[in-house]
Amino acid sequence: MKMHRINFSLNGEKVALDVEPSDVLLDVLRGRLGIKSPKVGCDRGDCGTCTVLLNGKTIRSCLALAVEADGTEIVTLEGAGSRKWTQKLQKKFHEKNSFQCGFCAPGVILSATELLEKNAKPTTHDIKEAIAGNLCRCTGYEPIVAAIEETAKGK
Amino acid sequence: MPITTEFEYVKPRDMDEALHVFSLYREKARALAGGTDLVVHLKENLARPEVVVDIKALEELAGFTLKGDVMHIGALVTFADLIDSPLVKAKFPLLWEASLTVASVGVRNRATVAGNICSAVPSADSAPVLAVYDAEVLTRSIRGERRVAIAEWFAGPKKTVLAPDEIVTAVEMKLPAKKHAGCYMKLSRYEGEDLAQGGIAALAFADNTYRLAVCALGPKPARCPKTEAVLNGNKLSDKLVARAKETILQEVSPISDIRSSREYRLHMTQVMLGRVLEKAVARLFGKGPKYGTENIA
Repeated sequence: MKMHRINFSLNGEKVALDVEPSDVLLDVLRGRLGIKSPKVGCDRGDCGTCTVLLNGKTIRSCLALAVEADGTEIVTLEGAGSRKWTQKLQKKFHEKNSFQCGFCAPGVILSATELLEKNAKPTTHDIKEAIAGNLCRCTGYEPIVAAIEETAKGK
Repeated sequence: MPITTEFEYVKPRDMDEALHVFSLYREKARALAGGTDLVVHLKENLARPEVVVDIKALEELAGFTLKGDVMHIGALVTFADLIDSPLVKAKFPLLWEASLTVASVGVRNRATVAGNICSAVPSADSAPVLAVYDAEVLTRSIRGERRVAIAEWFAGPKKTVLAPDEIVTAVEMKLPAKKHAGCYMKLSRYEGEDLAQGGIAALAFADNTYRLAVCALGPKPARCPKTEAVLNGNKLSDKLVARAKETILQEVSPISDIRSSREYRLHMTQVMLGRVLEKAVARLFGKGPKYGTENIA
């Protein structure tokens, strides 16, 4: 198959590489670019652990072709530290021991980042809705929701 | 999971180029917008195209506009675009409400309304709403343009009347002139992301007419004309709703699947019909739950 040269910004750095049309963005990030925060979970868009920000919005990188990244700006958890809310969220998640195994954490942190960037005063319902697509099998979500709530309130 | 089908990828800059690819490859070409269904189908070998046509650079498919009383929703418009729009919330709150029930934020950031109706799964959340607004699907091929009434659009589970050389360019819906309010009620196994076990959209008008449509309760999303006929011209009453509940059972034909049994769906069709009508009418009088809040209880 014809290879495609794609150029995009990954965590603020310019990346150029050749991909096949059938290469999935998640696999290229993990396998070729060494970006390991997005995880391979359900691999069909249901679990949210492969979440990355594409042009500022969360997407499921397991459902994007790598070739679609051409001309876009992709931020993964590795590069999200400079965003307004990400580190505050991380500190609060840590403080509240919000994660156990941590497999869902990168996706949850990015979804929460996107939420607070759009809506700095979310209700509990807004928070639950924002992370509804990020499945956590350890915690029952309560310490995750509480951490996002407290981050937003600046506690 | 890698995609094992080998295909070419093209991203046409203009419509003619795109339409020529579809005319040449027909069934062997697949349109790519959000990809939230297509990439799953590629991974599972349910789609084995020779060429994937990324339509995201086609400017005429982007954006939505309200001209007069017609809302034009381009094929690239995502559910997140609709949810973020104060215009949609103000003018088509029912569409706004249904959009909030689609999958999760990360999927809604990519998934399009046009893609939802092209995938044509029986549980498509946008379909009942489009049906009660009498939406039209705009298609285009090198042969020309077509407008297809949403009632004619679905041909069966995962099947539409879209011809192999056509693409959907937009969905259009008309703002009803009469005072109205609506409700989209979705039954799922848990709050948060799930496909519908059943969904009902209702529009109630100030002149006591009603429009109803369902998803996931038959092979394709559909209006419920017999139930509407029972209701039309009458104010809601316990007696009337009881008759409507009997009638709607003639208009749905749910299956048993992993999400629920046929019997449960039939039972809940009646329960939801009562509640969706009550809430749509309450909203007509400025009461009832706010649009977009959990409304099934």
